[in-house]
Amino acid sequence: MNSINEIIRTIPLNYYIFLSAVLFCIGVMGVLLRRNIIIIFMCVELMLNAVNLLFTAFSAYSSDPAGQVFVFFVMVVAAAEIAVGLAILVMIYRNLKTIDIDQLSRLKW
Amino acid sequence: MYNISEVAFYGLSTLAIFSALMVVFSRNPVHSVLYLVVCFFAISGHFLLLNAQFLFVVNIIVYAGAIMVLFLFTIMMLNLNRESEPHKNIILKLAAVVSGCLLLLVLVAALKGAETTTAMPIDAIKDPNIGLVKNLGKELFTRFVLPFEISSILFIAAMVGTVMLGKKKLT
Repeated sequence: MNSINEIIRTIPLNYYIFLSAVLFCIGVMGVLLRRNIIIIFMCVELMLNAVNLLFTAFSAYSSDPAGQVFVFFVMVVAAAEIAVGLAILVMIYRNLKTIDIDQLSRLKW
Repeated sequence: MYNISEVAFYGLSTLAIFSALMVVFSRNPVHSVLYLVVCFFAISGHFLLLNAQFLFVVNIIVYAGAIMVLFLFTIMMLNLNRESEPHKNIILKLAAVVSGCLLLLVLVAALKGAETTTAMPIDAIKDPNIGLVKNLGKELFTRFVLPFEISSILFIAAMVGTVMLGKKKLT
């Protein structure tokens, strides 16, 4: 059980903050960059995982289990979101025969 | 002189960032999914380094297993490949990369001065075993039992919604 103490002693918490920030920004960049809806979903998952990593790091560094329980709930919501989102995507493909997000501009005013 | 945990931290971080970049920039959607699996495994490795063993197992089973298989099935069903991949023009791509880098710049500049190390001294680490299944289960079924039950209702709603959306019109 000394491994956790060794990580906490050698790696400052700031490194985990920066790693999560980099992963989150890569996710944001992917959402802005790609037009394929599936890739956009994957980038949303990437952002959620960056936040999960930061939650876990804070939880371990301050030895509070509430953060890790919250990561569990984030995973639950992400799984539900992905299931519904992919079902909507399949319906969009069935009606429009495309997965280009720019074709879905009819809700724009 | 680096010790083993530092080497593991930097290796896993490099792997996670590289595979996340490949998710965004690879042309084939199947390659994106596979790189995302690699990225999730790297993040799971970070969970293991932080001694969050429950989250390590759950992350591999739920994310790298279930959700990624769902993505692969959808890609297979829609028959996507490199040729059907839509492209934005170069100005929009450049704008997206620049704004992503700007967001990173703002986040790093805002968080650089955060004094997290002094706020949490090493002596404050009372119990290193909080990430084990036993402790998290105890926490989940005492303090967080109401959100846990509500999340099951959320799952039921998501399941019903998915079936309703996914089925063809019978008429």
